[in-house]
Amino acid sequence: MSTVRERSVPRGAAGRGTLWPYLLIAPAVLGMLYLLLYPLARAVLISLQDFRLRQLVLGDADFVGLRNYRTLLGDPEFWEVVRRTFVFMAVEVVAIMVLSTLVALMTERLGRVARTVVLSSLVLVWAVPVVAATTVFQWLFHSEFGIVNKVLTGLGFASYEGYPWFAHGAAASGIVVVLIVWQSVPFAAITLYSALVTVPAELYESARMDGAGAARVFRSVTFPLIRPIFMLVLSLEVIWTFKAFVQIWVMTRGGPGEATTILPVYAVQTALARQRYDLGSAASMLTVLLMSGVLVLYFRQLFRQEGEQP
Amino acid sequence: MSTPRPRPPARRTLRRLPLNAAAALTVVVCLFPVYWMVTTAFKPSTDIQSYDPRLVPGAWTFEHFRKAVGADGFALFWRNSILVTLSAVLLALLVALGAAYAVARMRWRGRRQFMLAVFVAQMAPWESLIIPIYIISRDTGMLDRLVTLTLIYFMITLPFTVVVLRGFIAGIPPELEEAAQVDGCTRAGAFRRVAFPLLAPGLMATSLFGFITAWNEFTYANFLIIKQQDSRTLPVWLSSFQSTFGTDWGATMAASTLFALPALIVFLALQRHVTAGLASGGVKG
Repeated sequence: MSTVRERSVPRGAAGRGTLWPYLLIAPAVLGMLYLLLYPLARAVLISLQDFRLRQLVLGDADFVGLRNYRTLLGDPEFWEVVRRTFVFMAVEVVAIMVLSTLVALMTERLGRVARTVVLSSLVLVWAVPVVAATTVFQWLFHSEFGIVNKVLTGLGFASYEGYPWFAHGAAASGIVVVLIVWQSVPFAAITLYSALVTVPAELYESARMDGAGAARVFRSVTFPLIRPIFMLVLSLEVIWTFKAFVQIWVMTRGGPGEATTILPVYAVQTALARQRYDLGSAASMLTVLLMSGVLVLYFRQLFRQEGEQP
Repeated sequence: MSTPRPRPPARRTLRRLPLNAAAALTVVVCLFPVYWMVTTAFKPSTDIQSYDPRLVPGAWTFEHFRKAVGADGFALFWRNSILVTLSAVLLALLVALGAAYAVARMRWRGRRQFMLAVFVAQMAPWESLIIPIYIISRDTGMLDRLVTLTLIYFMITLPFTVVVLRGFIAGIPPELEEAAQVDGCTRAGAFRRVAFPLLAPGLMATSLFGFITAWNEFTYANFLIIKQQDSRTLPVWLSSFQSTFGTDWGATMAASTLFALPALIVFLALQRHVTAGLASGGVKG
């Protein structure tokens, strides 16, 4: 598609050698420079300085080289946060990808009415604002009047009567994971579903005539065809779950104890609660570094999808 | 599993039972939290704090909504949210329209590099920029101001808007504009009279997505608006609602419902656009 587009670009006098295109992109470029690149450069700088409350007020920060990074990397608590971030990410991404693939496969096989109902409910979940969803989950898992405890007690698990979910590390982590998965599955499922419907039905027919079972058809026909979109969704979900901040901040502030403190939460706590802006920035930059590997994969997939554009 | 849609006889219906059960389960898991939010908001407090929960409210009340709307500053925060969201979206549309036109319709050096920058900007690690942006805003006296939030939301929504509008503009045949130019229109006039009307659905879709992103944003609103409580926006208000109202879950759920409602309406109105081609846009609602 892109080659057609390239050729159809008008080659008149207005298209070449004038200042117009540069004037048209100038506001966007200025925005990116001042609102993205400058803060990023500033973050790198702060992470190389001795920057605490005093320097915030007086503004005479000293350059200390890589000291903040050395402090962080030598701190076992930081490594615990990194480990926790990866565990959260892995559990969430596996759950999201498995569930959304199943939902997409199911949706494709449904009748017209049922399919519309399923897709509409997915879109509805997608639309619920993060803060609202987080508040609702706090209410669902409320110790005294929450519906979850009542249902569990009603089913005969008497130990859940008045169970304080947010007081136990494992339970609070579980709720965070469930919330993030619940919010992320709709995007993944709908995207995978729209990839699935592009698979020609004849391919299934012939595979089935060759005697392939459902699992075999999925492995050797369906999956290879939706693989590009699957990888795209996978890398997006890795990035999104890696930097999930709002849900955790609103729900647990990283607690109880440190149980739900993942990297972005740790960085903000270090900087804004303990006034160690330098260490917080260094942690943020390490987060960006860890994410950039996945980002590269995402971009490669994206540009392969886009053809030779941009 | 059955092949797609020949009319199902009775035997088929039975075989499809597990499939439909799975579909029903999916719908229930999706909708229950939303349903519980709305019904809790309408239940009398005595029903909410009962040890014998009812799935369907026995009585309906608007008391919680009255309490949420009557809470300190609700109208103000609502106005702030609308103001910040609309200005950010309009600014992003205006800036993106120019950039998208330049990318889709003109040839110039640096075009590829510009689009690459836009794609990278779309994945910008906003969660990791809170600290420097807080410090920069503090140094330049921009803390506690809605303008700061507007600019940030503009930047968050801009890349996506450029990407989508570029696609829409490229989809309009340039011959249409060329014909108008032959008939004596200027290049800008040709764009305004011919391409712009065709662009309306694209502008609509992108601005609504921008609306949702800005409407829901919590992190920057939370950390950049500190002392000036009058400049807060709805997500921050909602997150602190519980500490203000303590155990009043009815009012909290009413507040959540009121906050979620605009986003839900916009999304359901958009549903057809939502399902098509968002993977390449990388949009999270």
